[in-house]
Amino acid sequence: MTGPNDKKLEFALEINDLTVSYKDKPVLWDIDLEIPQGALVGIVGPNGAGKTTLIKSILGLLNPVAGSAKILGLEIDQGIKKIAYVPQRGSVDWDFPATVFDVVQMGTYGKLGWLKRPGSKEKKLTKEALEKVGMLELANRQISQLSGGQQQRVFLARALVQHAEIYLMDEPFQGVDSTTEQSIVELLRELRNKGATALVVHHDLQTVKDYFDWVVLLNVRKIAAGPVSEVFTEANLKLAFGSRVSLGE
Amino acid sequence: MFESLSVPGLGSVVAGTALLGFLCGTLGTFAVLRKQSLMGDAISHACLPGLILAFLFFNSKESWVLMLGAAISGTLAAMVILGISRFSRVKEDSSLAITLSVFFGFGLMLLTWVQRRPDAAQAGLARFLFGQAATLLDRDVWLLAAIAIPCLVIVFLFWKQFQIVCFDRSFAQSLGIPVFFIEVLLSLLLVMVIVAGLETVGVVLMSALLVAPAVAARQWTNKLEIMTILAGVFGAFSGIAGAFLSNIGKTSIPTGPVIVLFITLIVLLSILFAPARGIVWLRFKHWRDSKVLHLDSVLSNLLNLAKEHSGKQNGHSMAMLKGISSNPSGVPRSVHKLLELGLVSEVDKGLYTPTTKGEEYLSEKTSLMGAPLK
Repeated sequence: MTGPNDKKLEFALEINDLTVSYKDKPVLWDIDLEIPQGALVGIVGPNGAGKTTLIKSILGLLNPVAGSAKILGLEIDQGIKKIAYVPQRGSVDWDFPATVFDVVQMGTYGKLGWLKRPGSKEKKLTKEALEKVGMLELANRQISQLSGGQQQRVFLARALVQHAEIYLMDEPFQGVDSTTEQSIVELLRELRNKGATALVVHHDLQTVKDYFDWVVLLNVRKIAAGPVSEVFTEANLKLAFGSRVSLGE
Repeated sequence: MFESLSVPGLGSVVAGTALLGFLCGTLGTFAVLRKQSLMGDAISHACLPGLILAFLFFNSKESWVLMLGAAISGTLAAMVILGISRFSRVKEDSSLAITLSVFFGFGLMLLTWVQRRPDAAQAGLARFLFGQAATLLDRDVWLLAAIAIPCLVIVFLFWKQFQIVCFDRSFAQSLGIPVFFIEVLLSLLLVMVIVAGLETVGVVLMSALLVAPAVAARQWTNKLEIMTILAGVFGAFSGIAGAFLSNIGKTSIPTGPVIVLFITLIVLLSILFAPARGIVWLRFKHWRDSKVLHLDSVLSNLLNLAKEHSGKQNGHSMAMLKGISSNPSGVPRSVHKLLELGLVSEVDKGLYTPTTKGEEYLSEKTSLMGAPLK
């Protein structure tokens, strides 16, 4: 893994003085963050802590009041091609007229030319991604007929199809059963072992130590960020969540 | 009806309205999928003041002059709506309602004022309220085609961008797709289509021709390609019907209302009868499923009874089955059906027991459910 003396390697993500506000209320305040390459990073914090906002700012989906983000040393508009994004499952209308295959294939559109249509190469990539998440058999199913866990797998496959270097996932474990959760974790580890970086918005404090190498504790401000063993402490959690939270150890 | 075919120009009027209907259905699909049905309504109403102002400024009733004015005020209204919901705390539905009424009210005021003028030049402007396909001239039809064909080509070329922006705009943006540009393009196309349809359908009912075909088409298919084409076909049909009916006997029924009635009929039929989504279809499926379920439960009751009481040969009566069924009145029917299917046999008069085939059928069913039924 990346050590601090490995100067040549760029950070996967580098965020400087990022401040985002909704109307006059700050959602993120002066965030500085450097995420090493090849880390599985959990983003943890209470509701309204700005977890989703952080991810959307990295993607350039929001206009920050101040600050900037760099992706593998590149400005957002170039670096964005290196990122695969898994939005919250509830952010789309699942009654949209499309099949599982159609949605996953959308992941290939970023690298297709303006007027080009997906061809045999894109179809092959789509099938591979579907296979990886165990959804190949449901490829032709209408997306409105999927369960929550299946919807999440479809979104995951749509990101896998991009073969990105960085994955940003907004609550991929929301409302999925434990089997799906385990298989998503397996996939994340596989990606990490291939050198990819993943940032995952996560809610279950009990599993943070099992799932992630790194953790970012957020509550509008950055409370702490670093390797789980150093940063994920009772004291830091109290700072992020207030006094009522404990690791239950 | 066939007499009216001989009226000069009707052929091109029909072609024009068909083309217009097709275009409206196609682009309406994207408006509906982006939950922007009401945007079309606001834009079309907002075209009225621009249209009349254009007439006043240029003192001309040339279609393209009026269309230009309409396009400008329609676009302005769209920008006002987006601006209000973006820069204030007013929600989008309120900003739609406010903008629609202000623009349309202003338009009506202008129209009333213009109609009071002593000269005859303004005659016929009122047809833009409810549409009058019969007044289309050949060159209007050409103008329609000149708008429709580029619009359809753009839809074809930017298909994948339109699809992904309609489904998941954040994800599209994360792929580096210029979402803002695509959205502006879609809105511009919408304005173009509305403007093209003003003379035929009228500002008041224009949005029906945008929204209804897409709503109907969604009922019949789960594929975006098919939905778009089907919406176009529904739109074209209603356009043709409107052109014909409003031409019959020179009664000058406004075209807009006829089109709306026709497309509403299509929507109604689609909501009721479309497979997989139609109300009647769903009811029928529910009814059929409940029959099958009842059949299964009677068979399973018989099997359990036979097992409890000394083997399969032992038959049980209708009355017994009724006693343990949740729907006793359906028991005789189900038993007869089971006999017919050979899943049950009558061992003695009025006494029934499952056949081997019946047992196999049931164990197959329960294995599909994951856990065996008790």
